[in-house]
Amino acid sequence: MSALLNQKIQAVFDEPGCDKNQGKSEKERKKGCTKQLAPGAAAGGCAFDGAKIALQPIVDVAHLVHGPIACEGNSWDNRHALSSGPLTYRTGFTTDVNEMDVIYGGEKRLYKAIKEIIDKVDPPAVFVYQTCVTALIGDDIEAVCKAATAKFGKPVIPVNSPGFAGVKNLGNKLGAEALLDYVIGTEEPEFTTPYDINIIGEYNLSGELWQVKPLLDAMGVRVLSCISGDARYKEVAYSHRARAAMMVCSKAMINVARKMEERYDIPFFEGSFYGIGDISDSLREIARLLIQKGAPDELMARTEALIAAEEARAWARLEPYKQRLAGKRVLLITGGVKSWSVVAALQEVRIEIVGTSVKKSTKEDKEKIKEIMGLSDHDRAHMIDDMSPREMYAMLKEARADIMLSGGRSQFVALKAKMPWLDINQERHHAYAGYEGMVKLVEEIDKTLYNPVWEQVRKEAPWDAPVAEVAHG
Amino acid sequence: MAKVTIPKKACAVNPLKMSQPLGASYAFLGMNRCMPVMHGSQGCTSFGLVVLVRHFREAIPLQTTAMNEATTIMGGMENIEKAILNIRSRAKPDLIAICSTGLTETKGDDVDGFLKLIRQRHPEIADTAIVYVSTPDYLGAFQDGWAKATTAIIETLVEPIQIRPVRSRQVAVLPGCHLTPRDIEEVREIVESFDLAPIFLPDVSGSLDGHIADAFSPTTIGGTTQADTRRLGASLATIAIGEQMRPAAAALEARAGVPYRVFDRLTGLDAMDQFIAHLAEISGTPVPEKWRRQRSQLQDAMLDGHFFFGGKKIAIGAEPDLLWTLGSLVTEMGATLHAAVTTTASPLLERLPANEVLIGDLEDLETGARGCDLLITHSHGRQAAARLAIPFHRAGLPLFDRLGAGDVLSVGYRGTKALIFTLGNMFLAEHEHHEVAPTQWALPEETLRAVEQARPAPPTTLAA
Ligand code: SF4
Repeated sequence: MSALLNQKIQAVFDEPGCDKNQGKSEKERKKGCTKQLAPGAAAGGCAFDGAKIALQPIVDVAHLVHGPIACEGNSWDNRHALSSGPLTYRTGFTTDVNEMDVIYGGEKRLYKAIKEIIDKVDPPAVFVYQTCVTALIGDDIEAVCKAATAKFGKPVIPVNSPGFAGVKNLGNKLGAEALLDYVIGTEEPEFTTPYDINIIGEYNLSGELWQVKPLLDAMGVRVLSCISGDARYKEVAYSHRARAAMMVCSKAMINVARKMEERYDIPFFEGSFYGIGDISDSLREIARLLIQKGAPDELMARTEALIAAEEARAWARLEPYKQRLAGKRVLLITGGVKSWSVVAALQEVRIEIVGTSVKKSTKEDKEKIKEIMGLSDHDRAHMIDDMSPREMYAMLKEARADIMLSGGRSQFVALKAKMPWLDINQERHHAYAGYEGMVKLVEEIDKTLYNPVWEQVRKEAPWDAPVAEVAHG
Repeated sequence: MAKVTIPKKACAVNPLKMSQPLGASYAFLGMNRCMPVMHGSQGCTSFGLVVLVRHFREAIPLQTTAMNEATTIMGGMENIEKAILNIRSRAKPDLIAICSTGLTETKGDDVDGFLKLIRQRHPEIADTAIVYVSTPDYLGAFQDGWAKATTAIIETLVEPIQIRPVRSRQVAVLPGCHLTPRDIEEVREIVESFDLAPIFLPDVSGSLDGHIADAFSPTTIGGTTQADTRRLGASLATIAIGEQMRPAAAALEARAGVPYRVFDRLTGLDAMDQFIAHLAEISGTPVPEKWRRQRSQLQDAMLDGHFFFGGKKIAIGAEPDLLWTLGSLVTEMGATLHAAVTTTASPLLERLPANEVLIGDLEDLETGARGCDLLITHSHGRQAAARLAIPFHRAGLPLFDRLGAGDVLSVGYRGTKALIFTLGNMFLAEHEHHEVAPTQWALPEETLRAVEQARPAPPTTLAA
């Protein structure tokens, strides 16, 4: 690994904002989060994947993947991060290096590729992603990007996060580091207001940012920059002028939030857009931070009025479902970071959670889940560290849960067990954020659970069923 | 006759191509009780998994040796060893099938050597078959990976035979990766109707046909069994479907002396006639009435359909064998193959009924498809079709935005008929969009101007 990348990884692991790392001994911390994966028993994306996930929602930028076809060819056009305008981010650009490049180096091809993109698409910036093979052969993407930036007079940003550096989560952070190093603070907004905030770690999957934005509009709060959902390059570049920031749920981009606080004095809090109580808290917190930074006090009154009205409206819409869903049992397998927010959301309609994965959750996340679910220290059965598909299947087959909520990967485990399943990960097609999203989620759960199909598929073939008494009429 | 061109771009835009290891993994999924493994970093496997899951809407068993930078530089022996032991204890497969990736090939891991050592060190794994194939992702494409994996299975597992059994009814069928599970079922039905006993290698129709098993299995369920694979050499003949399978068929001949014939496609009247004739010949069985009837149905469909294909310009982006299959059919129906883009080299490309074929990406296809009446490619082409505002037919892999990817039938008389109807209906539907308007046949501006100018000036004075 290049010395530079190594340094970056160390820096990311030293993240004081990440309690998971701070809880470790110095030696452990040096090793970082990249725990050795068990060959033949591993799953999940690579660091490159994570970096791309974090940055691709910047929609007017060209995202160029420097590597053989596998990295981009097998993955592009997979996610539903939405754009309200430019579609450049949805084009898959890759150098698709061949054997000759592997032998002689791919830097020339990379440079030419950048030129082609600028000639053809003329985006405000090009992001160049390093991958395993080109990192291994020693292609120096930083140098190529620097040369290209100078030559073409346009930011060409290296994202040094080759797959083998570690897991997806590390990649999120390394992607964010690229923004800190090369983008944030490089432009100025036309004007600023005391109501300007940044939202960090929100990718606008299925348009979730748009579910929340009307609420902020109503408060009179302006999203100066969302990092990175539906973002334009410029707005990320001038995000350092915001008054406050909200970091959404996960800690994937904690490094951005914390470093911006340190460098530009932008206070931040960690909040969630999932669940009625959580969204209200987040809105309050946004108002509080803005007021603390000089916005007029009356902002809080407006915020409370908004919350009261929207909560009432949401509860009224959820009322009919409460009876239908009370006592239904859910098995919740998420990436982990979202667990507690979804748990809170479901409990609001009295759904019982028979198990939730905490594989990727931080210690703090786990505490939160325990608190929300009212679990004692010993009651660990509900918190699943790592569930094999076989165990999931058994649990569903034996009907210890009525429905599974998970990412797309494990959906077939549920479906093959003839049990309802709902997608709550990034590939999903519904947006579940804000009051609106909460109502939508409950609606979807209800629709799935009560679909008449379950009865039919579980029925045995008539010739297999035990012969009941034949009724003669 | 097509000129084969490789565009001189440094940057591929909207890839059409997918990687060799993914193609190889897909082939391994057609083996019963198998666990395919990519020898590389975990991201490759994770991406590959998503592609296959979205396409088939099935759980896909696929593992990784989880290489990182340190293990890559030191060589992957230890990771392969751990992977094999781990998989064996967790999933107990009959077959562990390993393919390499760009990362491990760049380092140059000698996996064959590793495997020998691992076998020596662990006599307890003797009962688990292991196949390895080299598939760097900076070379070739999906179809090459599939073909190489099949060849590797034959070379590793098929038992060489000394004495050829007389009066065997067994045939080896080697389908290319462009055949869907449903296509394979169709071929099976046709071959069996000649009283032959086919063994398909690989057989994704057993494992990826979308059925609900009674219990959970961490490995593939269905597909070519170990026993069938081993006795492939006792076949009376090999039928390879798709040019990509020629090396695999040749490998079986080299190993066990099975004579082979390659069918470059099984779509289209003429192609199917040859196939049926061949089956009748090797089996000595007369052609069943069923196929005669289906043949005449296809002829009728061709007659009905040709009105709508005639003169249509079609753009196709697909792997060579699929491109050949579809391109040949649409030109046989009277359309022209206006733009052809593919992923990797093949001897078929020069024979394509097009002026030029590009080994390129979807950007090239989009450029070529301007002014066409139909775009055919995998699901990623939907954005291009929308921009061009032309009808879009999904073919190939991945097909993630429609149901039933594995259930599409386009081989055999019946499948050809279905394909003609599907495409023909798209042309028909498009026709409906363009209702006749009174202004439709208005003369062009130039004509009107010319007419205006040509009018003799009105006489200014009356002739006396
Ligand atoms: S692990 Fe490496 S080679 Fe594989 S997809 Fe990720 S970056 Fe690409």
